[in-house]
Amino acid sequence: MQSRTRNIYLIPYVLWIVLFVIAPIVLVVYYSFFDIEGHFTLLNYKKFFTPVYLRMTLSSFWYAFLITVFCLLLAYPTALLLTKTKHKQLWLLLIILPTWVNLLLKAYAFLGIFGAFGPANALLETLGIGQKQLLFTDFSFVFTSVYIFIPFMILPIFNSLEELSPSFVDAARDLGASPWTTFRRVIFPLTLDGVKSGCQAVFIPALSLFMLARLIAGNRVITLGTAIEEHFLVTQDWGMGSTIAVFLIIAMAIIMILTGSRR
Amino acid sequence: MRAKRKLANVYLIVIFVILYAPIFYLMYYSFNSGGSMHDFKGFTLEWYKEVFHDTRLFIIVLNTLVIALLSAAISTILGVIGALAIQMLRKRQVKNSLLTLNNVLIVSPDVIIGASFLILFTIMGIKLGFISVLLSHIAFSVPIVVIMVLPKLQEMSPTLVDAARDLGANRWQVLSKVVLPFITPGIFAGFFMALTYSLDDFAVTFFVTGNGFSTLSVEIYSRARQGISLSINALSTLIFLFTIMLVVGYYFVNKKTGKSNGMGVRGR
Repeated sequence: MQSRTRNIYLIPYVLWIVLFVIAPIVLVVYYSFFDIEGHFTLLNYKKFFTPVYLRMTLSSFWYAFLITVFCLLLAYPTALLLTKTKHKQLWLLLIILPTWVNLLLKAYAFLGIFGAFGPANALLETLGIGQKQLLFTDFSFVFTSVYIFIPFMILPIFNSLEELSPSFVDAARDLGASPWTTFRRVIFPLTLDGVKSGCQAVFIPALSLFMLARLIAGNRVITLGTAIEEHFLVTQDWGMGSTIAVFLIIAMAIIMILTGSRR
Repeated sequence: MRAKRKLANVYLIVIFVILYAPIFYLMYYSFNSGGSMHDFKGFTLEWYKEVFHDTRLFIIVLNTLVIALLSAAISTILGVIGALAIQMLRKRQVKNSLLTLNNVLIVSPDVIIGASFLILFTIMGIKLGFISVLLSHIAFSVPIVVIMVLPKLQEMSPTLVDAARDLGANRWQVLSKVVLPFITPGIFAGFFMALTYSLDDFAVTFFVTGNGFSTLSVEIYSRARQGISLSINALSTLIFLFTIMLVVGYYFVNKKTGKSNGMGVRGR
């Protein structure tokens, strides 16, 4: 009927997609085949499979996994309890508000909190444990990351809990299920989609957090993100950086497929 | 039962305290005359004075705002066009693949976007600086606007357009008098989201900023790497107040436009 109008809108939009979605991915893959002097090579891929890079990849995944698990463990009860409060939209807004504060400022706050004379150490002192080196450790890195990501986990879980019809829960209770069985057999399975999208929203960024790793963990934690940043901006070895980026893209695609909700 | 309820409340309170403690901690020490983030020596506004006298910082704040407003405006236009384009497609498969491509930039980690844009700009011969930062902010905001506008377009009954056409409206009139007013809440929401994404972005900007041009996030990062300085605290207090104003503004815009269209109830 109006095939001509369609084309008019499509032109700028498709142009955007080609220029900023397809071209960058193609370029990253293309650059991964070149060494620092600009010669075609497969060496980058060979280098990626050496223990140094494999260990880094593994540790990056391990940290992202830890961050996701802690987020989930803390966020699920929070979301569940939030749905039972009176002014839930207001509480939800209060959960979202900290995400509007710049991530770097939050990281900077933890520089002070975990500092040698900061409140975290003061707390340890009063508990009788004594002063410890907290900053530039894996602990502070994971803690700060969980702090930053937790709203992104709470939100989708809260939404799926809200969508859950209370009559399911009532029915389970009427049929004699204990609260725990109700949770395990009814509530949790029905909110699995929210959990999945929460995990996705945490795990993928957690793989690539280079600024947190730099600020909070010093150079103790090296993630895929830190490696990419270093190759692109410090050593200028774009080829190797692109190779790591290619693997990060592949990992991302796998995670998306695994956690993709069936709709 | 009551004990359980109490325990639940305690848990929620602890979570909220942890969420807000670092932010208030930063703000509290911005008034410390002691110069560090422990031992509160005395009240001072010295750090705020320092922030307001810092012309370099002032220029950076201006840069950040200009980039945010420009990129939000341009990406809103592009995003609305994109949403209209997707909406008009008939074939499901084409529609879905376009949507998938649209979402690539939303789910990609920032480092990947930054690194690939760095390659792109270098190849295209665009000098790193204002233009490259602006272009990349537009690029990663467009899909968000599309996502915010598309549901409103899908909500709109096609009979509205048909009626306008029957009554003799031409294509431009249908768009400007019928379609755009209907999707206005979505457009506003998209604009605000684009604005906050741009203001909040660090990683992508960090890659494509080059020397000489800086935004607030990049500046905070480079200052924080040098250690603690209470002028960052003062700055963060100011930013936090600004953010709250923005949130409240967004909330009211949403509420106002939402009421007239019965939005707000849906989608939650």
